[in-house]
Amino acid sequence: MSSPILKLIAQRIALGIVLLLAVSVLIFAGTQILPGDVAQAILGQSATPESLANLREQLGLNAPAYVRYFHWLGGVLVGDLGTAMSSGQDIATSIKGRLWNTLFLAFWAAIVAVPLAIILGLIAVRYRNGWVDKLISGLALASTSFPEFFIGYVLVYFFAVKWQIFPGISTVYDGMPFGERMQAIALPATALTLVVLAHMMRMTRAAILNVMQSAYVETAELKGLSAFNVIRKHAFPNAIAPIINVVMLNLAYLIVGVVVVEVIFVYPGMGQYLVDHVTKRDVPVVQAVGLIFAAVYITLNIIADIAAIIANPRLRHPK
Amino acid sequence: MADTKANPGQSKQGLLLDIRNLRIEATVYPPGEAPKNIVLVHDVSLTLEKGKVLGLIGESGAGKSTIGLSSMGYGRGGVRITGGEVILNGRDILKTGKDGFRKLRGREVCYVAQSAAAAFNPAHKLMDQVVEATLLHGTATRAEAEKRAVALFKKLSLPNPETIGERFPHQVSGGQLQRVMTAMALCSEPDLIVFDEPTTALDVTTQIDVLAAIKDAIRDTHVAALYITHDLAVVAQVSDEIMVLRHGRLVEWGGTRQIIKEPRQEYTNALVSVHEIEHAEQKPGTAPFLSVKNVTAAYGRSHIKVLKNVSVDIYPGQTLAVVGESGSGKSTLARAITGLLPPEEGTVTFDGRPLANRLADRPKEDLRQLQMIYQMADVAMNPRQTVGTIIGRPLEFYFGIRGRERDKRVAELLDKIEMGKGFVDRYPAELSGGQKQRVCIARSLAAKPKLIICDEVTSALDPLVAHGILKLLLDLQKEENVAYLFITHDLATVKSIADSIAVMYRGEVVRYGPKSTVLTPPFDAYTDLLLSSVPEMEIGWLEKAIKGRRMASAGN
Repeated sequence: MSSPILKLIAQRIALGIVLLLAVSVLIFAGTQILPGDVAQAILGQSATPESLANLREQLGLNAPAYVRYFHWLGGVLVGDLGTAMSSGQDIATSIKGRLWNTLFLAFWAAIVAVPLAIILGLIAVRYRNGWVDKLISGLALASTSFPEFFIGYVLVYFFAVKWQIFPGISTVYDGMPFGERMQAIALPATALTLVVLAHMMRMTRAAILNVMQSAYVETAELKGLSAFNVIRKHAFPNAIAPIINVVMLNLAYLIVGVVVVEVIFVYPGMGQYLVDHVTKRDVPVVQAVGLIFAAVYITLNIIADIAAIIANPRLRHPK
Repeated sequence: MADTKANPGQSKQGLLLDIRNLRIEATVYPPGEAPKNIVLVHDVSLTLEKGKVLGLIGESGAGKSTIGLSSMGYGRGGVRITGGEVILNGRDILKTGKDGFRKLRGREVCYVAQSAAAAFNPAHKLMDQVVEATLLHGTATRAEAEKRAVALFKKLSLPNPETIGERFPHQVSGGQLQRVMTAMALCSEPDLIVFDEPTTALDVTTQIDVLAAIKDAIRDTHVAALYITHDLAVVAQVSDEIMVLRHGRLVEWGGTRQIIKEPRQEYTNALVSVHEIEHAEQKPGTAPFLSVKNVTAAYGRSHIKVLKNVSVDIYPGQTLAVVGESGSGKSTLARAITGLLPPEEGTVTFDGRPLANRLADRPKEDLRQLQMIYQMADVAMNPRQTVGTIIGRPLEFYFGIRGRERDKRVAELLDKIEMGKGFVDRYPAELSGGQKQRVCIARSLAAKPKLIICDEVTSALDPLVAHGILKLLLDLQKEENVAYLFITHDLATVKSIADSIAVMYRGEVVRYGPKSTVLTPPFDAYTDLLLSSVPEMEIGWLEKAIKGRRMASAGN
């Protein structure tokens, strides 16, 4: 590791932190702009003006916005996400289990989707413009074009209702055996895989095809390498940066964008938690979940950037 | 190495390659028309004996590379071999199919590309790439192959032959990469190497070293070679025989001496004698209209100065040629004058007043007076605009001329660049390389500038086409009294067009003055190197030139 790389990486991380702070301001401002009053929401339409004023005082809603922001931010930095208004529970504690569930689901969806997408992309390039390529692209695009709730219900209809292989409702609980847990998430993980597969596969294909025009690919062909080895040894390593980028975007989607899938399969993850509390107008929870989603998104993008920097031999081995 | 055999390729002893009636076709997709088949190579036959070198020469589109690659059963893009036989080591390789091609590529026949910088994979170490073919075909173990590679690096006089294989392509200079690529081709001990313009992308001072290294390696390893180039002077140094091609047809085939001394075909004769244009030097006038004084410039906040204290003058209606190898700061000087790269120190004066350093601070009138023409004419034009729009744009922008008046002026300009009215509605893709450059010239003339900066404008063109462009530029200079700042690495071009010359080396002007003075001895060491590195159409020139050099070239 040499200093120009370390410098670039440090810059990326610093930029990520600045970005996260900016997002936290936006999230806070956004929840302030939203119409409606928390005290009113809690007490209902019939509340007297006195009780409303009392509750506002109690919740600290009368302090200026920037004071409340820094108060909130200070709490977040030490792991205190506040208390849910609707239930009075500590948000950090409730989120912990759910975040773990969401990451578990995303992890297994990614373990299937990423290698599958890249291998399909490689195969599509190898047989480019032939029927294999068209079949792969066609199926992948079709699976992406269907909305995820549709795919979810189709999966439920066949695998849960008709053939009864997997459960239609993905209930998980603490201390659940690994095998059962895997069986429970089989359908939501499949739905997520189908949703993200095509994007990664198409990008892999495009990135490699772009490199296939290079003179060094011709050099490899003229050495007598087989078509697949030309792609694997000479084209793929140079296409890795854009592929990592799209993979990371999709990983972020697996964590942040699972809301609909979690609701369909009644999976106790972050998405469902968020949807529940949006309907209850529970601002502290929405803020906390929003911030966590933003952090996941920014972190994965930083990882993508760093991976792309490291994958570049010009930066790894300066002159 | 050269001989004057009367019947080239007639002896059947030790015959390595025998191409008979080769026909190569491709499908082209012209814009707005139905796809059609074109024939790239028309029934060309050639033979090559073991250990001999055959030069294939011609302009672009002559089919040189296509024929060369056919010896490996390879067609670039959609190119197809549709007829004839390619007999290599006694068998017709066209009948062996894809597996047969794979077995011979990298083992019996190897390839050295024009730009090694692009032909090496940036993601892998040089050594891994050099021994890849050898290992793939199983002709040696890894240790043996690496030992062979190091020996070849030594033979090709690469610096640090033991460790250069550990480097990545971007860590090695262009001239060195070209030699590493030659080592890569030799490593699997093939019977035939196809050299495809191996020195064309190099500086003239570097080319001579690489050429000598390639020549020695061919001699010592007894490998046969097809040497493809458009430069007769280069091919005359390495070939036993030369085949001249044009439009995919054989023009003339003979011993090297016969081709360059007694060409039998008119076209060969034109190639041999293309270079000279007589241009009488004009004496510098009383006052220069543009002066560059003590300009120093760097990119970014770098400490490395790309221009160091450069001063030159340009006189009305005259040509200042700036010569030097790549990285010497020629193009940076142009960028400093046009304001694209504001100088850190020094000034550029125009008509007695200083020009603003930054392009954005210059009034439109100053922009109009300085126009540029680039090396790559096709990327300097918007592919979606017609020739009429491209040439008409400066008329509208600088003079507000529109409608019929504009069309009239465009027609006049097309006339000036010797292209007819019929080109007004054409798109750049429908023009040849020379025509594109002519349109760029017309576009710059439309602004009626005092100075046109020509940045390597003939470097990407075939010699005969380049010749036409230079003549046109000289004629236009007489008619319009426009001055040129002519940036080039080609000394033959300089002799044809310049009134004064500035020789640049590592950001400094090392020699400057009227053409006659600059080109008359005694020379400084660098100018001497530059002048002595220009290939001459003389058998044995290479050895003489290498022996007579006073300084080694820098960027080899």
